[in-house]
Amino acid sequence: MATSVTGGTAKAVFQAPSWLRASSTSIGGSTAIVLLFLPPALLLFTLFVALPMGEAAWYSFYNWNGYGAPTDFVGWRNFELLFANRAFRIALTNNLLIIVVSLAIQLPLALGMAILLADRVRGTATFRLIFFLPYILAEIAAGLIWRFVYDGEYGLLAKLLELFGADPIHILAEPDIAIYAIMVVVIWKYFGFHMMLYIAGLQQIDRSLYEAAHIDGATGWQIFRRITVPLLGSTIRLSVFFAILGSIQLFDLIMPLTKGGPSDSTQTMVTYLYTYGVTRTRIGFGSAVGVVLFLICVVFAFGYKRVLMRHD
Amino acid sequence: MSYKKLMLAAACAIAASCSGMTAALADVTVRMLHVEQNPQVTGFWNDIARRYEASHPGVKVDVQYLENEAYKKKLTTLLQSSDRPNIIYSWAGGVLRDQVKAGVIEDLTPVMDAPWKARFVPAAVQAYTVNDKIYGVPMHTAQVGFFYNKDLFAKAGVDASSIKTWDDLLGAVKKLQAAGITPLITGGADKWPVHFYWSHLAIRIGGKDAFEAALRGEGKGFADTTFVKAGEVFKQLVDLKPFQAGFLGATYPQSAGQFGDGKGAMMLMLNGLLNTMKANSADKVGIPDDKLGWFPFPTVAGGKGDPSDTLGGLNGWLVTKGSPKEAADFLKFFSEAENQRQAAERGFYIPVVIGTQDAIKNPILRQIAENVSKSKYHQLYYDQMLGPSVGAVVNDISADLAAGRMKPTEAAEAVQQAWELAQ
Repeated sequence: MATSVTGGTAKAVFQAPSWLRASSTSIGGSTAIVLLFLPPALLLFTLFVALPMGEAAWYSFYNWNGYGAPTDFVGWRNFELLFANRAFRIALTNNLLIIVVSLAIQLPLALGMAILLADRVRGTATFRLIFFLPYILAEIAAGLIWRFVYDGEYGLLAKLLELFGADPIHILAEPDIAIYAIMVVVIWKYFGFHMMLYIAGLQQIDRSLYEAAHIDGATGWQIFRRITVPLLGSTIRLSVFFAILGSIQLFDLIMPLTKGGPSDSTQTMVTYLYTYGVTRTRIGFGSAVGVVLFLICVVFAFGYKRVLMRHD
Repeated sequence: MSYKKLMLAAACAIAASCSGMTAALADVTVRMLHVEQNPQVTGFWNDIARRYEASHPGVKVDVQYLENEAYKKKLTTLLQSSDRPNIIYSWAGGVLRDQVKAGVIEDLTPVMDAPWKARFVPAAVQAYTVNDKIYGVPMHTAQVGFFYNKDLFAKAGVDASSIKTWDDLLGAVKKLQAAGITPLITGGADKWPVHFYWSHLAIRIGGKDAFEAALRGEGKGFADTTFVKAGEVFKQLVDLKPFQAGFLGATYPQSAGQFGDGKGAMMLMLNGLLNTMKANSADKVGIPDDKLGWFPFPTVAGGKGDPSDTLGGLNGWLVTKGSPKEAADFLKFFSEAENQRQAAERGFYIPVVIGTQDAIKNPILRQIAENVSKSKYHQLYYDQMLGPSVGAVVNDISADLAAGRMKPTEAAEAVQQAWELAQ
């Protein structure tokens, strides 16, 4: 019980049951077990994770179209081209923008909804399901649905505008605002996931703390500030972690919506990699984008874990 | 126990003999990969395949489809795997050169004998010749031009036959706008439909010489005056805001549907539009044949290009390395005049096989076939000709010019920079 109050959900979830821990310590010294179980995992990890990463790093120093073996060594040129490229800078800015919007709008929204729906009252289950539904939908399907919603001629948005006597706009064809239209979809799609995380976290909080606070005459805001947020800390840190990594890797929602266009205004790093690397068979250049993306993710993930999640 | 074993052995024997039988029926399988969406066309190809199988026991021809964009992206990997198809669809140009250089395409020079070669229009074979060797079997040609809606033209009082120069086109655009009609439809999200403007203007302004000089790197290459001027002349049109609302977000199939639904008066496109328009229009018909007109890309004042020069495609088939000899043999059968004549007759495409084009019934296809055969300079689409990496930049800058977000000089320089990097 002590862990659930101080340590929060993550630890409670991932801790192995006691019978397993006991049995594993009894044969813990046996190297035979290690030798037996490690190779399959190690082999898969090497083949499909470590090796491609190493290959990408290698390719990134070549001018290579994917045929045969890379021979045209160009040093750091791919990286120089990448950072001089206007579209890549747009992609980076967009990624930052999406992170900011996720943290500033999506997570507070998710938390608010979670607090409203955490109590076991009639009807909350239905609302939880409704808000969680978009998350279950495949990204491509969600993108296509929203492409219809945003369609300037037959779309829901156009018809709504028409109803109020305004001119319908082709929102996804406007280079200056298309990215905001995409952010709406991102929030809609993923806030339910964060809401569920928060609900799970809220249910771990000891009810007696709230009762005590009520008896002491605490206001709703005080309860939120002093009890909910601190005790939800580890869940919030985890959800921020997911939100940021998800924002950096955003790809499959954008492809059906805009393919990164118009005029590259909705590129993210991954759509940029796909459009400028894979599509144009510039595998060396694309690998350079991949390496940069990988470094950003790794630095973020380890930095975040070390600094903010070290107690979790 | 022994009974069970016996049954098992019997089952194995039956299974083995069955698989042996099918192997005997289809000793060789030729796999053909294409991007054609129209079920009538694929049905027609499948029909050719069945007839070939009937006359060649032991050979099975498997015609497979992959979506256009996915096809282009997967091909590099696919060609280098042991699971590669035997016959692949090609646009010739820079992509073909890369594939040949990589050694994944079979040299067809030894098998393509004189009678077979003589079936084709010489220019078509030329498009599939790299380093004096023939690497492909050409199939059809296409030309880019303006399709127009006769009803909308009549409503605005525009006479299509009077549009000869770029200024005439600008005049027609203004007239259509005055009548409250959207003059032009294009698929800006896919970018390549827009690149026809920029590249066709370059052909009209500089002609064959300018393009070849740029390829040789003479002067400033693709940053030279011809290509800057192409951007400037295109800008004259863009400044009139002639395209449909939201064209930057419209894909090619979507825009073809809009044109078919009468949402705009003209569309610059290759003749494949005839099929795509039907498939994507609300009523699945689009503009009926008698209401649909066509005129060639207008000339530009002072341009060096000949008015008869054409921009278009020369598509065909390649045989991948290590394929059975039946693959080429099937293509030989496929490209027989009597087979390709049917495609012409049914209006699927314009075959490059001699003696088939008189079968074309569709008046627009007929006109285009005549143009291409008379043309002294048939330029392949820039985005295919220049290879995937440079071609994509041509598409980018064309879309950016149409969006009014790039200057003509910047556009030309971006193409030249990409060209230098690709060398």
